[in-house]
Amino acid sequence: MSRTCAESFQGYILRPLGRDYGENLLPRGLDITFCDQLFLIGGGLIWNIYFAGVAIFIGFFLATAVAVAKFSDNPLLWRPATAFVFVFRGSPLFIQFFFFYSLFILLPRVGVEIPLGFTTLTVHSSALTTAQVGGLFVLILNTTAYSAELFYGALRSVPKGDLEAADAYGLSGFAKFRRITWPNMLRLAWPSYTNEAIFLTHSTTLVFLSAFPARQQSGEAFYYARYFVDQTFNPFLAYPLVALYFIVLTLAIIGLFGLVNQRLNRHLSPAARPRLRFRPQYIR
Amino acid sequence: MFGFCDDPSALPQWQWFACYLTSGTHLAFYWSFGVVMLLLAVVAPLALAMGMLGALALRARLAPVNLIGKGYVNLVRGVPDIVFFLFVPIALGQGIEWVLHQINCPDWDQPIRQGNDFIVCREAKMPPVGASAWARNVYGFSMAVIAFALVFGAFVANTLYGAMRAVPKAQVETAEAYGMTPGQAFRRVVLPQMWVYALPGLSNIWQILIKSTPLLFLLGIQDAVYWARELGGAKTSLYKYPHPDWRVWYFLVLLVFYLFLTWGSERIFGRLTERLSRGQATAEGERQRRRKAAP
Repeated sequence: MSRTCAESFQGYILRPLGRDYGENLLPRGLDITFCDQLFLIGGGLIWNIYFAGVAIFIGFFLATAVAVAKFSDNPLLWRPATAFVFVFRGSPLFIQFFFFYSLFILLPRVGVEIPLGFTTLTVHSSALTTAQVGGLFVLILNTTAYSAELFYGALRSVPKGDLEAADAYGLSGFAKFRRITWPNMLRLAWPSYTNEAIFLTHSTTLVFLSAFPARQQSGEAFYYARYFVDQTFNPFLAYPLVALYFIVLTLAIIGLFGLVNQRLNRHLSPAARPRLRFRPQYIR
Repeated sequence: MFGFCDDPSALPQWQWFACYLTSGTHLAFYWSFGVVMLLLAVVAPLALAMGMLGALALRARLAPVNLIGKGYVNLVRGVPDIVFFLFVPIALGQGIEWVLHQINCPDWDQPIRQGNDFIVCREAKMPPVGASAWARNVYGFSMAVIAFALVFGAFVANTLYGAMRAVPKAQVETAEAYGMTPGQAFRRVVLPQMWVYALPGLSNIWQILIKSTPLLFLLGIQDAVYWARELGGAKTSLYKYPHPDWRVWYFLVLLVFYLFLTWGSERIFGRLTERLSRGQATAEGERQRRRKAAP
């Protein structure tokens, strides 16, 4: 009566998206096969990639803004930016998840209509109590704070000569920032920013840990690993599996960010290019 | 706590809060912050010791020792640490029970893993059958401490290894030229000086350690997160102190607690860096020397 591997694949690889995409129930107890664990945990990576990808993408632009604000001479800008970075870097991500979740469930349930010109998008405030929106929100704020600190440090070490050359060429204001300061900042921050992206990807395992609920048992990879360990009482299979998946994910990030790193440093001689170093593994 | 707390429903607001905030469960909540500090106090020296061993293994010339060191550090650092926090206590617990089972019940004929059950004989149960709740808590806490020490030991090992290599090589060579053995040179020259190089890394790891203590909650320990969830949840009129969902306030308190902890330790580490830089061959050490020499 045991499932074949192909049946496991069909039933569970997309199951993390919800009940409509696979078996109704998760495998339970003695019914659990190795392939179930392999594919369900693997399928859960969809959410890890979603959380990390969207948070890093949005957080990147926000972090640039916060870093510039923190670097500014205007106290109306640098004070709030510094406070924001302090709060989100100084407290555990785990507590941030709890705090924002309990805040979101207190919000009045209203729909906010956002006119987009061609259509109107209705956003319901209850969406914030789901991990896919609310959890993502917290991750974005968190990565914004950490990245902003890195970008701020890089802004401070942009070579003086480059800025003077920009002035000499008549660049000023946004053009100078866009063409000289920003590329330099990115280039300097990139090795540590790669590590930040890795940390953030690993922190996506915290999303479903007890604050935000996993509706219809659709969660990320580590959520399923914990589920299997609870079911089988055997930590020696599911945890190494999820660890393996994350090592692969980490290597993919290093590869991807390495390509960007090459492009950012293409004007330097190969020997002078900073190398990405894998220094991972810190929880927030 | 107070005499007037017998019937809280009839009290004016400030007295109600005075009673509410000193109820038995709230005292447990305050105590749980002590548990967090206790964990930090126990884990920090253990992780430092673990890290020292790891760093020495990384330096070792003997290939197998070196390999163990490398394996340990890279394995822990390459995998999300939350996996370790959950894996180590359960794996270690099962390992201890398995060993005890082999010792105490050699003539047990059934397999230990039956389907999804892990069955050992009565004598091999850990914590022992009939142990007090207190003993169970201590057992659970020690498991958490071991998991934390293992993970953070790997981070520390890496930092200390880097710091040992950062001590100017000329000094070690000078020591050896004076006739010290490599061991003596290490103890007398490298060990006292490496800390100033290790401090930025150690400070970083300490911050991360602080920020990972809420994960104790996942190991079933009644820490601050547990009590914040318990106490904050909405209480109906069946309870002595009925109130709506107040979890957000409890987590705000936790947030502020952790902010203070990280902010305070940042300042302490700043002071420590200044102190350790005294007389060192670094920029900060030079600056202190010049400041002192200036009239």
